[in-house]
Amino acid sequence: MRNRFLATPYLIWMILFVLVPLAVVVYFAFTDVNSGALTLHNIARMGNYLSIFIKSIWLALVSAVICLVVGYPVAYFIAKAPAGLQRFLLMLIILPMCISFLLRTMAWVSLLEDTGVINNFLGMLGIGPLPLIRNNAAIVLGMVYNYLPYMILPLYTVLEKMDPRLIEAAQDLGCDDMQVFTKVTLPMSAPGIVSGITMVFVPAVSTFYISKKLGGTDAALIGDVIESQFKAAYNPNFGAALSLVLMILIFICIGLTNRVSGDEKGAMLV
Amino acid sequence: MKQVQRVVTVIIFLFLYIPILLLAVASFNSGSDPAAFKSFTFHNYSALFHDHFLLPLLGNSLIVAVTASVCAMILGTLAALGIHAMNKTPRRLALGLANIPLMNPDIVTGVSLALLFAFVGQLLKTNHILGFATLLIAHITFGLPYIILSVMPKLTQMDPSLTDAALDLGCRPIQAFFKVTLPELTSSIAAGFLMAFAMSLDDFVISYFVFGPTFVTLPVEIYNYTKKPLPPKIYALFTLLFLAILVVMVLMNLLQARDARQERRRRQHGM
Repeated sequence: MRNRFLATPYLIWMILFVLVPLAVVVYFAFTDVNSGALTLHNIARMGNYLSIFIKSIWLALVSAVICLVVGYPVAYFIAKAPAGLQRFLLMLIILPMCISFLLRTMAWVSLLEDTGVINNFLGMLGIGPLPLIRNNAAIVLGMVYNYLPYMILPLYTVLEKMDPRLIEAAQDLGCDDMQVFTKVTLPMSAPGIVSGITMVFVPAVSTFYISKKLGGTDAALIGDVIESQFKAAYNPNFGAALSLVLMILIFICIGLTNRVSGDEKGAMLV
Repeated sequence: MKQVQRVVTVIIFLFLYIPILLLAVASFNSGSDPAAFKSFTFHNYSALFHDHFLLPLLGNSLIVAVTASVCAMILGTLAALGIHAMNKTPRRLALGLANIPLMNPDIVTGVSLALLFAFVGQLLKTNHILGFATLLIAHITFGLPYIILSVMPKLTQMDPSLTDAALDLGCRPIQAFFKVTLPELTSSIAAGFLMAFAMSLDDFVISYFVFGPTFVTLPVEIYNYTKKPLPPKIYALFTLLFLAILVVMVLMNLLQARDARQERRRRQHGM
């Protein structure tokens, strides 16, 4: 069955439903919403949304870094645990992802609201309602909460595969714990870090639900703007232009992170 | 150092499970605000079983997820076999194609398909193109890469002389495929299938752009509740779903543990 034509249905499918739609996005991005004539107007309008682009990228980047900092020790702990415990902890990491992310985000609303669980509890201690929701910190919290498993899993994959004898060798050669970490463990886990950051950053930068539920009134992220072009403002052409720019930005970011790590492969899937 | 890891791990697990605990508690709450517990009740569960709205939506989600992941499994397995037989450059292109929906944010995938369907709708002069078919196409498209990425590594690892041996022993190529190649691939096909199924069942972002009023899935409907409070039976539904998934995962875990033990024993006996 070594027959490359077996891939033909797949290739046709992907061309029809991946490449052609992207071509349609480009077509819409460069045409006018009313007349359908070719125009650069949609792209020119992008300047007004520069601050929203910057804010989206900034919040997604902060979330990715927080995920890395808190996810690394967890991934390390799981990777070094005995086999049975390892499987159990991995299950616990994957399990929350099986519950609708919409509901889990709503649960955070109930926790963080002015009359929510946390503020009710603080109120009993005599601490007035804290502004826990409708700010950027709440958006970052929602992003970290939703996408943390995407950081932990690839980190775990590389850490688990790492040969413990490398660490022993470094110790034998006189490295202290800190040096072992910075000279052996950290560089060895670079592919996991890169794919973890990518897997957190991409959904975070394009989210529109988390910002809507947890962010303030001016908290629109780029995903919100795109969504509203399709569901409220009915300007699919401008929505297409925004999507196009978002996609190009993301591919540039992925290219840059891959360049920095010098490793093209990464550990995309667990 | 070890201590720090343990503390962080415990905190993170609490962080991951507190919202889920809140949903579970809300499913036993007689009030509709999850933040204020009124009194304990099973009412939400009995309401769920007499429900004619949520369960059909869950049914819709399951229909799409099963159909899409079965189609993706067939297309994807064939594709992996085909790609495996390709030379370097076409192979890289074909795999690159699978990476596009993986790397692209969901919203861009959703928007691009929505625009494609709008475009085709214009050509066909119809306003009712969105529905089950468009949803299915979208879910197959984002499920395919998971199958391919899960099957390809196994194919590359597989010893080609196994198939050669089957052929030498008189198997026809098709027999060799069903008797040798396919059994080797079963576990990775299953892993890819589960991945595609889970992604499809929980997908909201892409579905939101390509669903039609004639066929709504559960996540899309939950999103429509953004303005009003959720009916508490939704919490009951998800608590039950969570328990079901928990049981399945624990069982899988036990099976894996058993396999690992057997493997170890076999190795000890030098087999």
